[in-house]
Amino acid sequence: MKPLSVFVCLTTLLLGSCAPAPSVSAITPPYVDTGIDPNSWVTIPAGSFPYGQHDHMTDVDYDYEIMVTDVTVEQYANFLNEALATGVISVGEYDVEEGETIRQEEGVGGFHPGDPFDGYKHEEEIQAGQYLYMPFTDGLRLSYEGGVFTALPSYVNHPMTLMTWFGANAYCEFQGGRLPTEIEWEKAARGTEIINGHGLPFPWGEEIHGNNANYYSSFDLFEKMFGKLGNTTPVGFYNGQTYLIGDSSYTTLDSASPYGLYDMGGNVWQWMGDDYPDQHYRYMRGGSFYSYEVDLRVWKNNSAAPTYYSPSVGFRCVQDGD
Amino acid sequence: MQLIKDRFDYLFRSTKGLTLVAIAMVALVTAIWGTLSGPMVEWGVRDITVNLLGLDLVQAEREGRIIMLYHTIAMTIIAIEVYFMTDMLPMKRHEQVTINATITVGYLTALIFGMLFGYFGHNFVFHGLFILGQSLVFFSGILLAAALWPWKKEYLLEADSPYAHTKKGVDLERLAFFVMVIATLLSATFGAVTGSYWGNGHETFLGEDLIRAPHKTALQKAIIGHLHIMLTLVAVALTLIVGRWMKFKGLLHRIAMPLMIVGTIIITAGALSVVWLPWAHTTIYVGSVFVMFAALLFVIFSWDKLIKEGTAHIEKPGFFQKMGALLRDPLKFGPGWQMVFMNFTVSGVGIFMAVKLDEIFRVWPHREERITLTGHWHILASLIATIILFYFADLMGLKGKARKWFGWLVIIMSDLAFASATIFSMKRLFVAESEQQALVNTLMLLMDVGLALVLIALAIFMGWRLYDLFRKDGRWSKELAAEKKTSAQSQIEEQQQRLKELQATLEETSQ
Repeated sequence: MKPLSVFVCLTTLLLGSCAPAPSVSAITPPYVDTGIDPNSWVTIPAGSFPYGQHDHMTDVDYDYEIMVTDVTVEQYANFLNEALATGVISVGEYDVEEGETIRQEEGVGGFHPGDPFDGYKHEEEIQAGQYLYMPFTDGLRLSYEGGVFTALPSYVNHPMTLMTWFGANAYCEFQGGRLPTEIEWEKAARGTEIINGHGLPFPWGEEIHGNNANYYSSFDLFEKMFGKLGNTTPVGFYNGQTYLIGDSSYTTLDSASPYGLYDMGGNVWQWMGDDYPDQHYRYMRGGSFYSYEVDLRVWKNNSAAPTYYSPSVGFRCVQDGD
Repeated sequence: MQLIKDRFDYLFRSTKGLTLVAIAMVALVTAIWGTLSGPMVEWGVRDITVNLLGLDLVQAEREGRIIMLYHTIAMTIIAIEVYFMTDMLPMKRHEQVTINATITVGYLTALIFGMLFGYFGHNFVFHGLFILGQSLVFFSGILLAAALWPWKKEYLLEADSPYAHTKKGVDLERLAFFVMVIATLLSATFGAVTGSYWGNGHETFLGEDLIRAPHKTALQKAIIGHLHIMLTLVAVALTLIVGRWMKFKGLLHRIAMPLMIVGTIIITAGALSVVWLPWAHTTIYVGSVFVMFAALLFVIFSWDKLIKEGTAHIEKPGFFQKMGALLRDPLKFGPGWQMVFMNFTVSGVGIFMAVKLDEIFRVWPHREERITLTGHWHILASLIATIILFYFADLMGLKGKARKWFGWLVIIMSDLAFASATIFSMKRLFVAESEQQALVNTLMLLMDVGLALVLIALAIFMGWRLYDLFRKDGRWSKELAAEKKTSAQSQIEEQQQRLKELQATLEETSQ
C-alpha cells in the first residue's frame, strides 16, 4: 500500500469520525437547584494574605463584603428592568470599537465617564460616552419582550454572561457596590492560610479534581449531557451535593473558598474593577468552563478590552465594609 | 565484558551512537512528560504517571517545572547539533573527542538532575548538578568555537573552491558556524546571568504570561530575549548543518553564507538589546530577513540538486519527472519542505500577528493571544525536531522502503499536526467561542493523530536500533568499525601533517 493511499484513508476515517458538537447557544440545560442563595454576601476581614504565585504577603487594611456567588441571570435581568425604568440604561445601537474598527451592535447600554488615558504603546483611550453593556446576541440567557427582560427558566441561577466590563461595572454601581480589585478577589478566593510555604492554589485546597469545579474536560454534569465543552453550571453548584437528574446522578465536592465563596475557580471568568495605568485592558480572574485547570489557580488572570463579552465571562460585586 | 565495552564505545564514542543516545533521552522525556498535559490529562494517564513515578507537582511551581523541562530538552538538542557539527566539519580528532565528551557529560547531568529537581522535590544538590551540567555544555561550546576557528591555515579554501570564501580563502560556511557558536555562547551567558538572580529578586514566569504587561523589568526582558534567540540560533545551526549535509555550494552558497553571518549577528544583537532599546524589534526583523533569505537560497539549491540528480538519466525531463525526482527521497526533500512549511505555520503567523496586533490579537482576551504565541513557538521547535530526524535517519543509514515510509510519515503527519495546531491557535478568526467545539474536536484529533504517528514512527526506528544493539554483528558494530577507520585515517593525516611541520621547524632551526 502506498503511503499516499494510507494518508488518504486515515484522513477520511478521521474526518468521518468527527461527530458534530453542539454550540453553547444551542444548549438548554435542565434547571438545577443548588440551594445556595445568590443574594448572600460575606465579609472579608482586614489583614494580610499571600498574594500571587509567589505568595507576597499583602495587606488589605479594610473589611469588605463580597458576593458569595457570581451575579446570576435572574439578578441581572432584574437590574436591567430597574435600570431601564429609571433611565440609567437604554436599548439601541451602540458603537463597539475593536482596535481600529468600529462596528454597531444592538443591545443594552449606558453611560461610562471614561478612564484616565496615558497614551502608552498599545493603550486605547476609553472616553466618556455611551457604551454597550450587553448585546442582543446568540446565547443570551434572557429575553427582551414588551420592554421587559426575563431570565430563561433553565438559566435563572446560572452566572450572567455576555455582558461587557461596562455592563458588569454598571450592575455593581447600580447596587451601591463596585467590581472587586484583583487583590480583593484573590484574598476572598484563597484566604490567609499558608501550607508548606505556599498559599492555597485553589479556593478549596491544594489539588483539583473534576468534581471541584467546572473547567474544560472536567467531566461535569453538563459535559456528560452536552459534550466536552459543556456549559456553565448554576452558581454554587460545587457544594458537596449529589444531584439527581433523570436517570443519572452527579456528586460534587464542597469547593467553597475559606470564606465560603463559591465558583471562585472555574465556571466563568470574573471581571475585575482595576484600571491600571498605561493600559486599557480590564482583568479577569478565576478561569471558566472553557479553561484548562491551570487557569483556575487563584493567581492566574486574563485580560481583554472593556468592550469584550463572552459566554465564559461573568462577575460578582464587592461593597466597602461599614 | 568486551560485549559491554564495544557497545559502550559505540554509544558514547561514535557520532551515531552519541546521537542515538541523545535522541533516545529526548524521546524518553517526551514520552513520560508528554503524559502530563493535553489529552493525556483528559484520559487520566497523567494521574497514573504521577502516582507511578511519585512526581511532586506543587501547583505554584508549575511554571518553574516547565522551564526546567525546556532547558533539559534544549541541552540535549544542542548536544545533538554539536555531534553533527564535530562529525561533519573538519577538526582534529582530539578536539572532536573532547568536545563530544564534555557536552555528553554536560547534557546528561543537566537532564537527569534538572528533571529530578523539577519533578521530584526541591533538593538543591540536584539544582547544583543541573547548573554544573549546563556549565559543561557551555564549556564544550567554548571548545567548539576554538576548534572551529576559521582563520586556521589548514581550513582555508583554495581560490577555485565552489564553497563561499573570502579572498584570503577563509571558509565562510565555517565562519557562519563559528559566528553561530559565539552568538549562542553570548546568548547563553545572557540567560545564565539573568538566571543567577533566581530566588534573589527574580521570580519564575513564562514569557507568554507577560505579553500584555506594559512595563517589564530588565530581568524579564532579558529572559524573553534569551529564550527567543536561543531557539533562533538552534534553527540557524540546523540550517547550516543540513546545508553541509546537502553539499550546499556554488553561487547560491556564496550569497547565502555572508547573509547568514550578518543575519546571525544582527538578530542576536537585536534579541539581546531588547533589554535596553525600545526599537530592538526592528533590528530583529532586519536580522530575520537576512537569515530567512539565506535559508531560502538553501531550499532552492537543495531542491534543484534533487531534481537534477534524479533526472540525470533523462535527456529532457518533463514536469512530472522533475517532481518525481524531487519527491523521490523524503529524507532529503524534508528539510527544505519543512523550512517552506514553516513560513505558513510560524513566520507567516508571526508577521500577521505583528501587523494586526492591535486590530485583532489585542482585541482577543489574553488567553487567546497566549494560545497563538505558544502554538507558534511549539510548532517551530517541533519543525526543528523533524529536520533533525531527517538527518539522523539518513546518518543511521535508513534505506529502501523503510526510508520512504519513515520520511513521508514524518513529513505528512507532522505537517498535519502543525497545520491543525496553527488553525487551532488562530481559531478565533473563524469561529466564536460559543460555536467552536466541533472545530476544536476535529483539530485536536488531527493534532493528536499526527503527532502520535510521528512518535510511533520514531519509536519503531528506535526499537529497531535497540534490537540491533543486542545483535553481535549488528549494524552498530559495522558503524563503529567504520567510525574507527575514519578516525584512524584522520589521525594518521594529522600526524603526517604534524610531522611535516616538525621537520620544517628542524630544517629552519638547523640552517
